[in-house]
Amino acid sequence: MTDESGMNGRTGTMRVKSGHAQMLKGGVIMDVTTPEQARIAEQAGACAVMALERIPADIRAQGGVARMSDPDLIEGIKESVSIPVMAKCRIGHFVEAQILQALDVDYIDESEVLTPADEAHHIDKHRFTVPFVCGATDLGEALRRVAEGAAMIRSKGEAGTGNVVEAVRHMREILGGIRRLTTLSPEELYAAAKELRAPYDLVAWVAEHGRLPVVLFTAGGIATPADAALMMQLGADGVFVGSGIYKSEDPPARARAIVEATTHFDDPAVLARVSAGLKDAMPGIEIDSLGGSQLLQTRGW
Amino acid sequence: MSVEVLSGRPLVGVLAVQGAFAEHRAALERAGAEVVRVRTGADLAGLRGLVVPGGESTTLRVVAGESGLLHDLRAAVDGGLPVLGTCAGLIALSEEIADGDEPLIGGLDVTVRRNAYGRQVASFEAPVEVPGLGEGPLTAVFIRAPRIERTGPEVEILAELDGAPVAVRQGNLMGVAFHPELTDDLRFHEWLVDRARAHHPVLGTETKEARRVGAQ
Repeated sequence: MTDESGMNGRTGTMRVKSGHAQMLKGGVIMDVTTPEQARIAEQAGACAVMALERIPADIRAQGGVARMSDPDLIEGIKESVSIPVMAKCRIGHFVEAQILQALDVDYIDESEVLTPADEAHHIDKHRFTVPFVCGATDLGEALRRVAEGAAMIRSKGEAGTGNVVEAVRHMREILGGIRRLTTLSPEELYAAAKELRAPYDLVAWVAEHGRLPVVLFTAGGIATPADAALMMQLGADGVFVGSGIYKSEDPPARARAIVEATTHFDDPAVLARVSAGLKDAMPGIEIDSLGGSQLLQTRGW
Repeated sequence: MSVEVLSGRPLVGVLAVQGAFAEHRAALERAGAEVVRVRTGADLAGLRGLVVPGGESTTLRVVAGESGLLHDLRAAVDGGLPVLGTCAGLIALSEEIADGDEPLIGGLDVTVRRNAYGRQVASFEAPVEVPGLGEGPLTAVFIRAPRIERTGPEVEILAELDGAPVAVRQGNLMGVAFHPELTDDLRFHEWLVDRARAHHPVLGTETKEARRVGAQ
């Protein structure tokens, strides 16, 4: 490519895409719906923001079809902060993704939080210069997304609930799945690939290296500093927080505390200090009280 | 007796507030260092070298600024600690940031502009020659990279791309606009480990004689 400065280099390589996610590690990516919220997130130490029109708790409450955000909203947020700006498109909606790439967002989340546009196919993410993050509930789903070109994975959890139990379940599924693969003999890996419904080459790579080939964040239900630290101690590389901040009583203080807890995730003294005096967390939802049709985590194939 | 003395490998820290910690640790271990993570001022004790990795410099400013860690890091830089800063780490070491932000750690007499190569879709990799650190090009990975717009008289330019410096050195401080930790090329990490071997946490960077005295 030849960019504005006229230098020769290659854009959109997997190293450039997944390398950006490496730089986000140990950080918190916050959902924001206005430039003002984006500035609060940046001042709280967020390493990136996710620009969207409604946070998951409101999508859940209001219902209807949830789509990509208005480009004006995304532009407004891009102009208000210097940290990376991500945006969501619907599963399989490659035209929304084309639009987001044309808007020059730094990362696209092909997200189950929005209403899926395709019930069989995810986006062929290799065709894009902009990197993608995708959700996963287990190792097979994570590897299918990596095969499609995802440069970052996040465990799905159950967005908009303020309940961390599903995030824990999915993180344990993914990392436990990786640990099991590392114990298999070469011939067993072929059967494992079949069971995981994932490409053999990726399965063999994970078995050899004991990790995903891309960064693994967590998402969906993180509401407190302790939740963030729990997910980090379980093995997450970083944290997405959505409804947990702006559905709480004091969003700036909670945002700041969750950033601090993500950096010092294994220091209980720091966690005790930052957990104090935050006022009320978001009320939260029992997962069992949601009918199966209200679960977002089952979207994606 | 410390791990360092037992292993003969110099103790090098990687700042782990936020960013690419694990990749630097792996590269430093391959280059011959004993590696620890640094998240508080107390973690700096006994270090002979430090990496300030890529990440978001605003996150570093918030988290490390409030805790006083940036202040402790500046004191360590003033004490002669060898430091390699990559991408956001280069920003952290710069004495001047072009958009008017206050310096983070400072010490390196350069002016940088954040994200000057563009947003993520403009991030790229390109071959770069670093003759001062060895023959042959390395693959330089630029991710929302800062641009070095000014270098002071004490600053040595080690690599350029399209007429702009992309790797600079001033004494024991090395600033790199790209990400050597994302490739297998160890030249920058070997430079740091080499400088770390010559640096004593109390005596500073001195002669071999001083090092031997310091080790007793």
